[in-house]
Amino acid sequence: MVSRKQALLEVKGLKTHFFTEDGIVPAVDGVDFSVAAGETLGIVGESGCGKSVTALSVMRLIASPGRVVAGSILFEGRDLAQSSQEEMCDLRGNRMAMIFQEPMTSLNPVYTVGEQIREAVQTHDRQISDGAARVRAVEMLRMVGIPLPEERYRAFPHEMSGGMRQRVMIAMALSLAPALLIADEPTTALDVTIQAQILELMKDLRERVQTAVMLITHDLGVVADMADKVAVMYAGEIVENADVYSLFREPLHPYTQGLLASIPTLASTRNQRLNVIHGTVPNLLRLPPGCRFAPRCPKAMDICRQVRPTLRDVDGGRQVSCWLY
Amino acid sequence: MTADSRAVGATEELDLPEMGQWALVWRRFSRHRLAYLGLIVLVFFVVLSFGAPWLAPYPYDKINMNDNYSLPSAKYFLGTDELGRDIFSRLLYAGRISISVALVSTLLSSLVGIIVGAAAAYWRGVTDMILMRLTDVMLSMPTLPLLLVFSKMLREYPTLKDTFGDYLSVFVLVTILTLFGWMYPARLVYSSVLSLRETEFTEAARALGSSGWRILFSHLIPNSMAPVIVISTLGFGQRVVLEATLSFLGLGVNPPVPSWGNMLSQAYAYMLRNPWLAVYPGLFIFFTVLAINFLGDALRDALDPRLKV
Repeated sequence: MVSRKQALLEVKGLKTHFFTEDGIVPAVDGVDFSVAAGETLGIVGESGCGKSVTALSVMRLIASPGRVVAGSILFEGRDLAQSSQEEMCDLRGNRMAMIFQEPMTSLNPVYTVGEQIREAVQTHDRQISDGAARVRAVEMLRMVGIPLPEERYRAFPHEMSGGMRQRVMIAMALSLAPALLIADEPTTALDVTIQAQILELMKDLRERVQTAVMLITHDLGVVADMADKVAVMYAGEIVENADVYSLFREPLHPYTQGLLASIPTLASTRNQRLNVIHGTVPNLLRLPPGCRFAPRCPKAMDICRQVRPTLRDVDGGRQVSCWLY
Repeated sequence: MTADSRAVGATEELDLPEMGQWALVWRRFSRHRLAYLGLIVLVFFVVLSFGAPWLAPYPYDKINMNDNYSLPSAKYFLGTDELGRDIFSRLLYAGRISISVALVSTLLSSLVGIIVGAAAAYWRGVTDMILMRLTDVMLSMPTLPLLLVFSKMLREYPTLKDTFGDYLSVFVLVTILTLFGWMYPARLVYSSVLSLRETEFTEAARALGSSGWRILFSHLIPNSMAPVIVISTLGFGQRVVLEATLSFLGLGVNPPVPSWGNMLSQAYAYMLRNPWLAVYPGLFIFFTVLAINFLGDALRDALDPRLKV
């Protein structure tokens, strides 16, 4: 059902490598996914699996020594992997925007939050007058649920709490009604109640503005709550692509199964040990020859240790990269 | 309709924040008692100096040999010098030169320093290499001998002589003070931009589509201003003193244009006959520099919105 919609963003075979002194680190190594307008794609995986690098690659914000070495990033019909930085400047903030993990430091401390939103508006809309841009900034603050937006316009970031700042970041990112919003762990730095508010806000805005969202997180609860479909990443690859219901009902990849099994439930008793996935993420400089998850996989077979599986279509419009299927 | 009227109301209300910001700056500033005092002293000297043409009782070069070495009197407020010129009038005119020289050269070197430091730190690579090595080279030069050589060289340059006339020495002084002063702000700005360019808000600005120039000028430079403000105020003080030093060596501002420095150096010759000749310009320099040094810290605190009210 999901795949029938026309893709707004279609990433194919994306590889982003970091050329370090110790060798080439394939942080993202051949990733495919797509997001349609108004849809939310959750990208999950543990730390260092390449989620953020994927997001930054789509924005073309990878800094040296990293580089997008292969693949295409089709966004609204053009390939961002081939676009110049000038074209990207024009798109960023305008058609695609990003919110970051750290609301405490993502705002410039020397300007009031209102001025920063106003600047974001004026960066792309040079015709708009100062007054009109201010009005727009206040409207955005009101939209993200900041009380007394007229007064908060002239507040400095340090005068606001983390949740408020994240709202400001969202207001800024959405001030130009982008077609795609990339949210890189937007709630990780916030406490749980604020987290719920921010997620609620994002849902609400998504419905009103019809923005496609790429939600990057390691929190499966957030994914279950927000996403339409999910891409599970492991060591720079997507191991499973599925719509959110199928994924939680019947995870196919052993890694996904492990992730879901490790969530403590209310039913689990005290003293019961948490399920964990044994072992650690492989060093990206020395990857195993076969499946990257094989060393930690409880169902590993001989072929897994020798030949690398690829992402293949399975029943129900899902994709999984595992020799079991 | 209702949305419109609400929006208009919002704009009217929002014309205030700039005002509010400056009121806040003033409030933070006036908390520093010494700085407050410094500001008053400085304003006093600036008004006296720049109002010299209206405030001074005599022209600075009015010679009256009958009245030389007068003590303070109703006729000559602070007495007269060896040629019978009114010391008070000369001090005011001299202040105009001394303060302008220090102010202009401080502003110029801060400007150059900010641009050099920020550009080097932001673009890295070859730009960084060239600009910062140049800074290092300039910093390793023994300043005083070079100041002397440069000031001598520039002074002999005929075109400059024709353009500036009596004020040639003032121009030369501003030039060399700038030439040898921009490295300090450059290094400061360099180091802070270097760390600021890696911050999340810079990345966030980039993610919102800001161009490199915009990030540099509206995010990185404003964030690195606090130390520059301090070093510039201190630098202003140093330059007033340096002007006096160079003038004392005959390489600063030349007579007949008076400056506090060359008044001091002339007084040197008549030290025993009338020590007051040296004391007055000395005191003017002393209080001006002290006042501006008090000001620096407070200015930084006042202009930094991160500090609490």
